Amino acid sequence: MIPLSWYLIAAAALFCIGLFGVLSRKNAVSILMSVELMLNAVNINLLAFWHYHTQLQGAGQITPQVFVAMVFIVAAAEVAVGLALIISAYRRRETPVVDEMTLLKG
Amino acid sequence: MSGLQIVFLIVAVVTLFSGVMVVASRKMMHSALWLILTLLGVAILFATLQAGFFAIVQVLVYIGAISILIIFTLMLTRRVMDEEHPQVIKGWWLPAVMAVILFGLIAGFLATWKDFQVMLNELPADAENLAAFGSALVNPAGYVIPFEVASVLLLAALVGAIYIAAERKEKVG
Repeated sequence: MIPLSWYLIAAAALFCIGLFGVLSRKNAVSILMSVELMLNAVNINLLAFWHYHTQLQGAGQITPQVFVAMVFIVAAAEVAVGLALIISAYRRRETPVVDEMTLLKG
Repeated sequence: MSGLQIVFLIVAVVTLFSGVMVVASRKMMHSALWLILTLLGVAILFATLQAGFFAIVQVLVYIGAISILIIFTLMLTRRVMDEEHPQVIKGWWLPAVMAVILFGLIAGFLATWKDFQVMLNELPADAENLAAFGSALVNPAGYVIPFEVASVLLLAALVGAIYIAAERKEKVG
C-alpha cells in the first residue's frame, strides 16, 4: 500500500507550485487558477489524514469529510466572486493584468 | 512495489507536471486546460485514498463548473498578451526561491513526525460512510450550523457575483 508520506509530499509540492503562481503571475485569472491548485493540495492532505485516522480509529470519522466539503463550498464561492470582480474590473480598465489595476493609487 | 504504488506515482507525476504547466505556460487558454488535467489527477488521488465520493464531487464541481467558469472568463477578458509579453513578473525568481524554500521546510518538518512513513492500508468497504456523513450534516448535535452558514455563503456569493458582473446602465468610473 501507499505510504502516507507520498501523499503529504505530493500535496506540499502542489501547494508550493500554486504559491509560486499566485506570487509571480500577472494575469488575475491565472492567480485564481493558482489559488485553486493550493486549495486542492489542502484537500489531498485532509483526505490523506482522513484515511490515516480511519485506519487508526475505525470507520465513522466524519469531521475530515465535513472539512473537505467546506473547502469545496468556499472554493466555489471564491471563484464565483473572484471571476465576477475580474470581469467588472476588465469592463472599466480594459485589462486583466493586476499591475495595471491602479484605480486606488494616490 | 505494488501496482497501486505505481499508479500513484504516475498520477502524481502527471498532476505535478500539469500543475507546473498551469503556472508556466504562456497562453492563458493552455494554462486553463492544464488546470483541468491537474484537477483530474487530484480526483484520481482522492480515489486512491478510497474517498470515492469526493473524487466524484471533484470532477463535478471543479472540472464541471469551476474550470468552465474560468474558461468563460478567459474568453471574456481576452487581450493580446499571449506570446510577446511574459506572463510572469520581472523578478519571478524570488517567488520561485521562496516556494522551493517553503517546500523544503514543509518536507523537513513533516519528516520529523514519527508516523510519517506509515503505510495506508486498505480500508473496509464501509469506511466512507456516506449515510453517516449526510446525517451528521443536518444533525443539530453535528454540523448543521456550519452547513447552513456555508449554504448562505454560497447563495450570497452567487447573488453578489451576478450583481458585480452585471452591466450597469449609468456611466461609472
